[in-house]
Amino acid sequence: MKVRVDLARCEAHGECTYAAPEVFELDDDDQLHYDPTPPEHLRAKVEQAVRACPVQAITMSD
Amino acid sequence: MRRIVVVGASLAGLRAAEALRSEGFEGELHMVGTETYPPYSRPPLSKGLLTGTQQVEDCLLHPTTDIDARWWLGRSAHALDLERRTMRAGERRLDYDGLVIASGARPRAWPEAVLPDGVVTFRDLDDALLLRDALRRPPRHVVVVGAGFLGGEIASSCAVLGVPVTLVELEQAPLANRLGHEVATFLARLHREHGVDLQTGVTVDRFVGDPALRRVELSDGTSLEADLAIVALGVHPNVEWLAGSGLRVRGGVLCDAYLRCVGARDVLAAGDVARWPHPLFGGETLSIGHWTNAVGQARTAAQNLLCGTGGQPFVTVPSFWSDLHGIKLRSVGLPALADEHHLAEGSFEAGRFVYAYGRRGTLIGAVGVGMNRRLPIYRRLIEQRQSIGTVPQAAAPGPQQVEATAR
Repeated sequence: MKVRVDLARCEAHGECTYAAPEVFELDDDDQLHYDPTPPEHLRAKVEQAVRACPVQAITMSD
Repeated sequence: MRRIVVVGASLAGLRAAEALRSEGFEGELHMVGTETYPPYSRPPLSKGLLTGTQQVEDCLLHPTTDIDARWWLGRSAHALDLERRTMRAGERRLDYDGLVIASGARPRAWPEAVLPDGVVTFRDLDDALLLRDALRRPPRHVVVVGAGFLGGEIASSCAVLGVPVTLVELEQAPLANRLGHEVATFLARLHREHGVDLQTGVTVDRFVGDPALRRVELSDGTSLEADLAIVALGVHPNVEWLAGSGLRVRGGVLCDAYLRCVGARDVLAAGDVARWPHPLFGGETLSIGHWTNAVGQARTAAQNLLCGTGGQPFVTVPSFWSDLHGIKLRSVGLPALADEHHLAEGSFEAGRFVYAYGRRGTLIGAVGVGMNRRLPIYRRLIEQRQSIGTVPQAAAPGPQQVEATAR
């Protein structure tokens, strides 16, 4: 599973950090850091993060 | 379950459909929506779409899963028969095994049957495209009625475009009832600093013009020359189509904590149309018109529909954002239900702060400006039902705080 975030679209809402805290994290400067190849068992959480992002900045692929 | 119908082809409806497929539903899925557009996101309509930094394509919601559904767009849902488990999308009859009601909300209209041309409401994509084009003529003077989140953003977009705008608000300051006097005063200053003519403590008496708007007369006797007015006075849940169905629909479709509609089986609701009891807020029922609530409820409703009985109650702490005049305001919890509040971090002067809200001694909400990274902490404190006493008070009180305590 691959995850990609369009950081230019990211507005640091943080919804992804609630949905999949193992994968997404916001630092003190509101910059998003994420694991681009999360383990398969996190698929449902990553899907939720994709859907929860208010600016649709996250895409996932296999 | 062989066939599920989702009424509402916007954010909640689409996310419910995606969740149904993710959870393994393999039967027929039908999406019913009144608009002819595919699902799109509402927040950009009052921001980037108006100012030109975004286009229609940027507003469309890209399905995150192929939902493999039949779409009935441009059709009104009606004739719901809970006993027979059937309804209509336009003329088409749709029997269902499960139903998700996600029919959203519509703007409150100005309570006059006849209005001049140029007095509009703002909710959907067509409204936004009309306003975008109107703002580019440009108008001589725009009046926005209602300084809530939507009115504030529209006024902000007008200011960005250099269009003269008056923002009319009945309360003494924008959102004072929902966010408290202090944050509302901050917002009032923000509007004025960016060239918005904010008029508070007044309402509109009349829109004058025949056929086109020429003047807006306010309750204090002020007369504004204006050729475009946007009425932004909140929304009604779209429940008219459920009249006579047996569902309870006052203030939204009444559901239990699992989003199951009271009085029906295998019928759930999600998003702006739903009203449900939230355990964190005294069990009173709430109806929340925010983006993250639509997404979260859609998922819970889908899961609970498929499991028949039981499942998970919907207990997520609400969150919200508003972008205006270059600032990002974020909210978690329900500040509007507070009986006390205080500045927790930062300062209004710096334009970066967190304001905390309590109810019966418990933290129930927080509003932040320019301090996004702090809000997840407050969200957790709210979930844990922490006492508001555990929340810090920001250091030395500034003039605004002194004014606040004196009120």
